[in-house]
Amino acid sequence: MRPVSTPAQRSGGRPGRVLAAAILIAVVVAGCQPSTYQYRWDFFFDSIFRPDSLIIRGIGLTVFIAVIAQTIGVVLGIFAALGKMAKSRVFRVPAGLYVWFFRGTPLLVQISLIYYGLGVTGIYRWPDFEPLGPFGKGAVQAGILALGVNEGAYMSEIVRAGILSIDPGQMEAAKSLGMTFGQAMRRIILPQAARVIVPPLGNEFNNMLKTTSLLVVISVPELYVTFSYKNASGSTVFHPFELFLAAAVWYLLLTTIWGLIQARIERRLGRGVGGDTGPGLGERFFGLRSAKPDELPTISGGR
Amino acid sequence: MATDQTILGAIGGITEPSSEVVVEATDVEKWFGRLHVLKGISMTVRRREVVVIIGPSGSGKTTFIRCINHLEKIQAGRIYVNGHLIGYREGNGKLVEDREKNIARQRQEIGMVFQRFNLFNHMTALDNIIEAPIRVRGVPKDEAAKTGRALLARVGLAAKEDSYPAQLSGGQQQRVAIARALAMKPALMLFDEPTSALDPEMIGEVLEVMKELALEGMTMIVVSHEMGFAREVGDRMVMMDDGQIVEEGTPEHFFSAPEHERTKAFLSKIL
Repeated sequence: MRPVSTPAQRSGGRPGRVLAAAILIAVVVAGCQPSTYQYRWDFFFDSIFRPDSLIIRGIGLTVFIAVIAQTIGVVLGIFAALGKMAKSRVFRVPAGLYVWFFRGTPLLVQISLIYYGLGVTGIYRWPDFEPLGPFGKGAVQAGILALGVNEGAYMSEIVRAGILSIDPGQMEAAKSLGMTFGQAMRRIILPQAARVIVPPLGNEFNNMLKTTSLLVVISVPELYVTFSYKNASGSTVFHPFELFLAAAVWYLLLTTIWGLIQARIERRLGRGVGGDTGPGLGERFFGLRSAKPDELPTISGGR
Repeated sequence: MATDQTILGAIGGITEPSSEVVVEATDVEKWFGRLHVLKGISMTVRRREVVVIIGPSGSGKTTFIRCINHLEKIQAGRIYVNGHLIGYREGNGKLVEDREKNIARQRQEIGMVFQRFNLFNHMTALDNIIEAPIRVRGVPKDEAAKTGRALLARVGLAAKEDSYPAQLSGGQQQRVAIARALAMKPALMLFDEPTSALDPEMIGEVLEVMKELALEGMTMIVVSHEMGFAREVGDRMVMMDDGQIVEEGTPEHFFSAPEHERTKAFLSKIL
């Protein structure tokens, strides 16, 4: 007798079919609409296979901003997490206020406040950093800061959960060997917490790559703004379907590459845990499961 | 007597403490909130002495040895190790908690072995052992590794230096944990129920290492109900109950003529 497969496994097992069905539906829907819209698929293909300097710059800016903002977010997140867990109010209160404010207000408001608010009042006018060209523009700096500071507030909760997941016995063992709190954190706790932190961190960075598009409010010419601009002017004016579809493909490419990098990082962090960790590529992207559903990574020796 | 054939020989012998008395605890009081867990504990441990603390769970024996390396704060009393007041500075007759750096320095002299091993899960057996000597004592890496390998060999795990804790049995993990504590060349070793998380067939291998250490002259305070160990290498036994020391004496005394009713009742249950 053949084992009965679940619907999820059936559809998941044939991603090609699902994709084909989706395309078919899109074509039929498009064909049914009475429309005078003239498709210019060359705009779409050119944007992907022969990207001009604007698109290249847009991709560069998106990746540049996302990487630096995420790095700032991780560093701030670690400090905010340690601050929130500190015994002394001197650390706990500022860390709490920081997380409260940046998680409690919209990112768009934070971006505008940091760039326009600080700029117009003269508190900080965001001068360009010339050596970096378009990457050193004041708006880019402000965008990186806003995204980074906002991200730090979210990362602090992820880092805190990671640290709390480590058996307190690890800290005690480190202390009993004469390590200070800082040494124990750096050498013993954080490297182990990293295993717990990296999967949600990967999620955060995936989000960050896409969230950079919010910098449209301060006119940073990243990927989304570039295609928005192409749709609004020049020879490609008003072809939003082809153009934004091309933008989507570029974002998808970036997040997919990141997914591959993340899988590698997670495999490396799995050392000492026993067994292979992390989902395979098929599972990661399409929910395909391999034949060993009950093999979960476990840590022994902990509580 | 420190040869390569001994465990302590692997770390170049015992660090000679400045005085004959290694641990001097007087009237130690400890509360967990409103729970009075240590009610005036006093104890003196001399160099090369092996003291075994027994007592029912909740009697405060684990809490007491955790106070000796300041993993727990105390509310009154004094604990001196090698003549240094542990965890506190004295100011106008009051105890003020010492600076973190000083506490960390004091802990370097005190090795501790935990019930649940607490090996660093992300490091190999050898890396577990050499981490503190390198980071805390500033020992060069190759020298630390040499000592670490010698220690691993002496606890019978020479072949396991590249294994991660998850790849070792409980008994093997505990032996690595003992080697890790010894690598700091402590003047005193604290054992907090070192065999009670182990399967019966692994208890022997850990006790064997501890017996060797005791015979080589390490000063040890052991919280354990392993009566065979106490009888063979213990110099003194201490019975604790309800936060107090109820009886103290040689193992012979405990096994032949315990005086206190509480001790008799307790021993009759575990022997």
